[in-house]
Amino acid sequence: MTDQPAVISIKNLVKTYVVGEVEVRALRGVTLDVQPGEFLAVTGPSGSGKSTLMHILGCLDRPTSGQYFLDGQDVSQMSKDELAEVRNNKIGFVFQGFNLLSRTSAVDNVELPLLYGSGKMKSAERRRRAMESLEAVGLSQRSDHHPNQLSGGQQQRVAIARALITRPSILLADEPTGNLDTRTSIEVMGIFQKLNLERGITVLVITHEHDIAEYGTRTITCRDGLIVSDHPVHQRRMAEVELAALPEETLA
Amino acid sequence: MTPVMTFRIAFKALGRNKMRTGLTMLGMIIGVAAVITLVAMGNGAQSMIEDQIKGAGTNMITVNAGNFSSGGVRGGVGTSSTLTVEDAEAIRREVPGAQYLAAGQQTQTQVIAGNQNWFTRIQGTDIDLPLIRAWPTKFGAFFSAQDVTSATKVAVLGKTVNDTLFGPDVDATGQIIRVRNQPFKVIGVMSAKGQSGMGPDMDDQILVPYTTVMKKLLGVTSIRDITVSAASATETGATADAIAVVLRTRHKIVPGQDDDFTVRTAEEIADIRTQAMGTMTTLLAGIAGVSLIVGGIGIMNIMLVSVTERTREIGLRMAIGAKGRDVLLQFLVEAISLSLIGGGIGIALGFGLAEGMSRWMSWPAKVPANAVGMAFGFAAAVGVFFGFYPAQKAARLDPIDALRFE
Repeated sequence: MTDQPAVISIKNLVKTYVVGEVEVRALRGVTLDVQPGEFLAVTGPSGSGKSTLMHILGCLDRPTSGQYFLDGQDVSQMSKDELAEVRNNKIGFVFQGFNLLSRTSAVDNVELPLLYGSGKMKSAERRRRAMESLEAVGLSQRSDHHPNQLSGGQQQRVAIARALITRPSILLADEPTGNLDTRTSIEVMGIFQKLNLERGITVLVITHEHDIAEYGTRTITCRDGLIVSDHPVHQRRMAEVELAALPEETLA
Repeated sequence: MTPVMTFRIAFKALGRNKMRTGLTMLGMIIGVAAVITLVAMGNGAQSMIEDQIKGAGTNMITVNAGNFSSGGVRGGVGTSSTLTVEDAEAIRREVPGAQYLAAGQQTQTQVIAGNQNWFTRIQGTDIDLPLIRAWPTKFGAFFSAQDVTSATKVAVLGKTVNDTLFGPDVDATGQIIRVRNQPFKVIGVMSAKGQSGMGPDMDDQILVPYTTVMKKLLGVTSIRDITVSAASATETGATADAIAVVLRTRHKIVPGQDDDFTVRTAEEIADIRTQAMGTMTTLLAGIAGVSLIVGGIGIMNIMLVSVTERTREIGLRMAIGAKGRDVLLQFLVEAISLSLIGGGIGIALGFGLAEGMSRWMSWPAKVPANAVGMAFGFAAAVGVFFGFYPAQKAARLDPIDALRFE
């Protein structure tokens, strides 16, 4: 452990749902610290509570009990509107299904989070930041393309650019490669690795694929609402190396 | 989120499905255009009636026998026989404001001339009528005071009657017509006057001395009405009041008792007619207003579909920082934009239709300024009212469920 304050610090997190008359304990007391600059993979079978954990970490949901400090700020008792602001400022989301607005250009999609920001920003500034974000994922040439004119990998890169635009503390990716083929998956993981290494952005990837988890620096495994294993990745896979080794294809 | 951005997002969303947006707007367009056009037509008709009646002379006063509710028995104007020639003479004598005066009695019958015949009104009147109505003869002359005194069987034809019996623009002066088997000599033909704002078609009648109608055709001693022209428009009201006083005295009507006659000025008649027209206009506008409500329901329907369709989009927007009220506002603004743009086009279309009406159908349609404001306000209200529920539904979505929605 470094002496830097943890970017994510959760203590004894419990989440209970009531489905009909049955109480479902999705999280049964999870404690976790994530340091800035870590690349954390969260794995576990379905029903393990990893999705619930992800929703709480992403400030989409509030814990039943326990505490959650994001960047040193207690977010576990915040109101809905406050949570929306936290999501806007500190968290970048990447989803399995990309969730881009259809019939909307890539650059407009990337700009979207800035529209909900509290600070007023001139449209030229928004555009500049969006282009910068697209540049970071290598898509500045396609800024005016609509999602249906982009491949799956490209769409996911637009989604990553969108997640980056508010300069968040953490990137939260929920099965980001679930809809992608192997090569594109490696490319997308490569972008996460690059952002993690070059910019020091903390990345959390939820996945059930072990080989995807190996791109991270640390893997935790959930089971039955608890973290059952938490260990650093020993032989980290590096996407850049793997891509170079792959036979040359048309780049997605 | 600034209002400008909210509008931009709303317009973008509406632009994504132009066909649907257009069809939804059509409901508002038709509703607003219908209201505007109907109100314009009603208003135009109202001012036309006003103009006609005022054009016929604002200083005209009519006295009719009977009252709408005389002594508990309700009869139409002119149905009782309470007015007499002496009443008319008394008004002429005692009311100085009554400049011209004509007693009237009428009947309707078949009129025969040669091998032609025509069912028309035989209007008995006095020599002052052309002066009261500012209505000259086209051929021949009007009958004289002598004709009235001796109840001569002379006739002055209205233009329609003349054209029907003798042919268009034929001078029938000197011809004989038969009215109830009695020969009448045509001594003149009136110029065209047209539909009067104050009564029936002035051209479709035969003017004869009122005494002739009383004695030769009906065999009655009473008259039906008295038409009076006040010396000036400003004196009309006072003159009408003076006439009523004279008649009440003569008919021995004590205070509190119903009059057995009705005195109306042209102004009052204009008011009654325009009022009736106004009621009609309100009714029509109300019916057209129903289509506005239907348009609103169309907006609500499409907004509900849109919210369901865009559940994932809503979830995404929430995930990246949209608050409930941002989402609420976005959908509300979409609904209001639909209704307001639809309303705007509807107003323009309504203006166009009203203009077309007045140009090609010679209906003086006039769009009143407040109707535009009202239509616009109503369209906005429809947007808010019918847009709120879908917008609220969107705003209350749980981002997790919304993101998972397939």
